[in-house]
Amino acid sequence: MSATVATQSAPHPQADAPTNYLTVTRGWRSWAFTLDHKRIGVMYLVAVLSAFLLGGIMALILRMELVTPTRLFLSEDLYNHMFTLHGAVMTFLFIIPSIPAALGNFLLPIMLGAKDLAFPRLNLASFYLWVAGAIFFLLAIVLGGLDTGWTFYTPYSTTTNTSVVTATIGAFVLGFSSIFTGLNFIATINTMRPPGMTWFRMPLFLWALYATSIIQVLATPVLGITLVLLAAERVLGIGVFDPKLGGDPVLFQHFFWFYSHPAVYIMILPAMGVISEVVSVFSRKHIFGYRFIAYSSIAIALLGFLVWGHHMFTSGQSQRAAIIFSGLTFSVSIPSAIKVFNWLTTMYKGSIWLATPMCYALAFIFLFGIGGLTGLFLGALATDVHLHDTYFVVAHFHYVMMGGTLIAFLAGLHYWWPKMFGRMYHEGWAQLACFIVFVGLNLTFFPQFIMGSRGMPRRYARYDAEFQPFHVMSTTGALLLGVGLVICALVLWQSLRRGRKAPANPWGGATLEWHCASPPPLENFAVAPTVGDPYDFDGLVYKGEEEGYVFEPKKQPAKREAEPEPATV
Amino acid sequence: MASIVEPEAAATHDHHGDHPEFLAHHFETPQQQYDTGKLGMWLFLIQEILFFSGLFVAYAVYRANHPEIFVYAHQFLDKSLGAFNTVVLLLSSLTMAWAVRDSQLVNNRGLIRNLAITIACAFLFLGVKAVEYSHKWDIGLYWASKFAPTAEHHGGSMILFWLCLPFILISVALIAATVVSKQKNYEQGYRFYGILALASVAFFVGVGCGFVVPAVAGSDSHGPAHVEEHAGESDHHVVATHADPAHALADDVESPRNAGIFFSIYYVMTGLHAVHIIGGVIALAWLLWRALKRQFQAEYFGPVDSVGLYWHLVDLVWIYLFPLLYLIH
Amino acid sequence: MADTQQANHPHSAHDAHGHGEHAHASFAHPMAPRMLLGVFAALIALTIITVVAANFPLGRWEIVVSLTIATIKASLVVLFFMHLWYDKPFNALIFVASLAFVALFLGITLIDSREYQPEIEQRTIEHVTTEVAAPAQ
Ligand SMILES: [Cu+2]
Repeated sequence: MSATVATQSAPHPQADAPTNYLTVTRGWRSWAFTLDHKRIGVMYLVAVLSAFLLGGIMALILRMELVTPTRLFLSEDLYNHMFTLHGAVMTFLFIIPSIPAALGNFLLPIMLGAKDLAFPRLNLASFYLWVAGAIFFLLAIVLGGLDTGWTFYTPYSTTTNTSVVTATIGAFVLGFSSIFTGLNFIATINTMRPPGMTWFRMPLFLWALYATSIIQVLATPVLGITLVLLAAERVLGIGVFDPKLGGDPVLFQHFFWFYSHPAVYIMILPAMGVISEVVSVFSRKHIFGYRFIAYSSIAIALLGFLVWGHHMFTSGQSQRAAIIFSGLTFSVSIPSAIKVFNWLTTMYKGSIWLATPMCYALAFIFLFGIGGLTGLFLGALATDVHLHDTYFVVAHFHYVMMGGTLIAFLAGLHYWWPKMFGRMYHEGWAQLACFIVFVGLNLTFFPQFIMGSRGMPRRYARYDAEFQPFHVMSTTGALLLGVGLVICALVLWQSLRRGRKAPANPWGGATLEWHCASPPPLENFAVAPTVGDPYDFDGLVYKGEEEGYVFEPKKQPAKREAEPEPATV
Repeated sequence: MASIVEPEAAATHDHHGDHPEFLAHHFETPQQQYDTGKLGMWLFLIQEILFFSGLFVAYAVYRANHPEIFVYAHQFLDKSLGAFNTVVLLLSSLTMAWAVRDSQLVNNRGLIRNLAITIACAFLFLGVKAVEYSHKWDIGLYWASKFAPTAEHHGGSMILFWLCLPFILISVALIAATVVSKQKNYEQGYRFYGILALASVAFFVGVGCGFVVPAVAGSDSHGPAHVEEHAGESDHHVVATHADPAHALADDVESPRNAGIFFSIYYVMTGLHAVHIIGGVIALAWLLWRALKRQFQAEYFGPVDSVGLYWHLVDLVWIYLFPLLYLIH
Repeated sequence: MADTQQANHPHSAHDAHGHGEHAHASFAHPMAPRMLLGVFAALIALTIITVVAANFPLGRWEIVVSLTIATIKASLVVLFFMHLWYDKPFNALIFVASLAFVALFLGITLIDSREYQPEIEQRTIEHVTTEVAAPAQ
């Protein structure tokens, strides 16, 4: 299999005068109307990072307010607005599109060996739907804010006089952005694989994106109709969710969580896909249990639809339903654990290279372990009644969303950064940022487990003085986390300005994106590549003058002219 | 994974030189492009199914818990109009399927004709729907928070007028565009706007049918007399003197509590369905434009096929809405 | 992998209904007019049956009967007008899968929703008594 890998690596005939996707055309129009998946991916990257900045600033404001049990600078009302917008912005604008829409868009066709996604225009439309959704969210902030919590629970969301409808439209539009991305990915993976790219030669990141896309297509429309009904409830008073008119407010929760529980897998599955890539490459060892990891992605996607009621244990749901949902919730932990064990076994006896992406991947495994295991406390009926709506829940999902998705996003960003922008970042500073982020995350959220289990309720602006030490710790951690992320941003920014040119394959990855130049040319592959095992590192040899790896087959003569970048430092 | 589609393109790599114009650069063969487009459309359709599923869940939950409201409310829905519209949509599905056939056989005339009939059916459907809505709003059968059934017609034909107004404007605009295109000898525009103008007139035929069909069907032995029957008469007509449902209507006390939610669900379901019909009309007009430009070829009929799938799905939703809303006992 | 075979020989299963007045792409599958009209006639007939059946007092079977007829009609549309009978199995798979997820959504929500009815009833009555009996507050 290693032989086939190398035979195709003549990526661009005119390797002497390489134009890449960044330089091939110029001017803002060439970006605004681009149909190139790579440019759309980069635009998504900029977009979701700005949303992350906005949500992050809100988080810091919230944490600052919580340093004292009494009012510091935010009124209760403003506090409610702030945590709602923090949640809504982070969920809908950042975490859901982060890995699939930004990294996935860029990488999926390249890793597959295709020229583009199946529907390039639809892809651009998804991006502009994201932009439209973001504008509606900003409008909601300006026009009266939002204080319902990101979940829009009725009956409060039908009675509050904040701009629920505007935010609803925003979330609706973002939902369709997400649906179209998923649809595009499924169609691409199903029909556009080149010769030799069988299902089980696909990199696991693509399996993860495929599973994610299934959820996006199946679950997100239910969010759409839920939001339509909610908007109709507010504007017209249709009464479906309004008990005053005989409607059922708990029905809203069923509708909402039918989407929003699977949505947490939209957030975490691509993250797991990134980790599968990184762990294997930086352990220089074939991924352990490829098929188990691939199938477990699909299993998580499907099982994720069966457990939404665990968000409703205390909402008056029937006991029978609660017991069923609790049991099913535990079943989701099986495929998740399969993945973790496979990553650990991949590292076992590997020659681990602690480059920045790997540091993030190790942080992911640790943090996701904590986040996942504390989920079991919340999935168990008896303990959930005690822990429901406390900081324990907040800590749990931040460990999964931040410790999981964000960290994996950063791992992927550092891993593919040289490919995306053709520049290497400063390894030492990037690792320092990773370390600070890791410490900051734990310091922020671990105390929240403790105060949650002692009864500190979530979403409160004021609290009992006994919790203050924990809140102070948590705020300190948040500031530290912020510092880490700023360093990380500076390191990456600096690499764009001063970084040395990246080789085609700086890490020695065997997946197809490392076969084309850094950054890739416009159509990725001049000739459809032939495909080998994505985790077979045998043919990869480090070349000093390239400062990267080259594919050097054992049997055939090396096709060295394949390397497009001459060694310049 | 036995059902997963293997890429057909894998087999044929020799096509590289002759890349027809309709074939996008990232596809290898017309068939790959077609299969991909079709899969994309099916994925879009399952998205649509799950979108509508929320409404069916709301319906089921409410009907399971309050069956009496459905029994009460169904008498305000005109079965004959529902059945008529069902036939209209089924006919449009037939012509759509035929349009796909024509596009596959590169029968451009047939394609244009069938697309035109399909669009006309859509307008006809909307015309009937406008009459149904206006009759209900006439007698206060609004959604839950505005639900106030009265024995009297108020507003009368004005509601119908407002519902028709956008379509009057559309028809006028299309006729104007046809005339202008004719004068400027813009052949493509003349045919395009002309066909659409003719089709849009079907809306007003639909409005007419909205009055005629119940009157004709009312003479049948089945079905109770309907409040809608009287709407054609004078504006300030008092219904109380008429048949059963009108009587029930006059007695507000007898309408079960929260009956308005039935109408909420009715309006959301049929309203979103109508939005999909309108979206379908736009897509069909796009096909018509391209058909007039003779853009579809033996290996390139994917867009017709995909819009066809969408149109059939809209029909499919109606196939369920009809018995669930109109045929209750 | 029946689908690849299907793609290569799209007409193997249904040579009966004619095509080929004109040349068409190998992956096109034009439906014969006879077939289209037959399906349409069946759909109209089923519509008449369901309207007529609605006049009989079927009690709780009414919903079963009308939904069964609707499902038959829907199947005809899906299988023939939408070509799913001749289509790639994968498209059929995702279609059926989507229905399974609808069933899941519908089923579980329906099981649970009766649970809250007493509370909702309570709330509605409170609303009626507070706002109707004592409107001046
Ligand atoms: Cu959940």
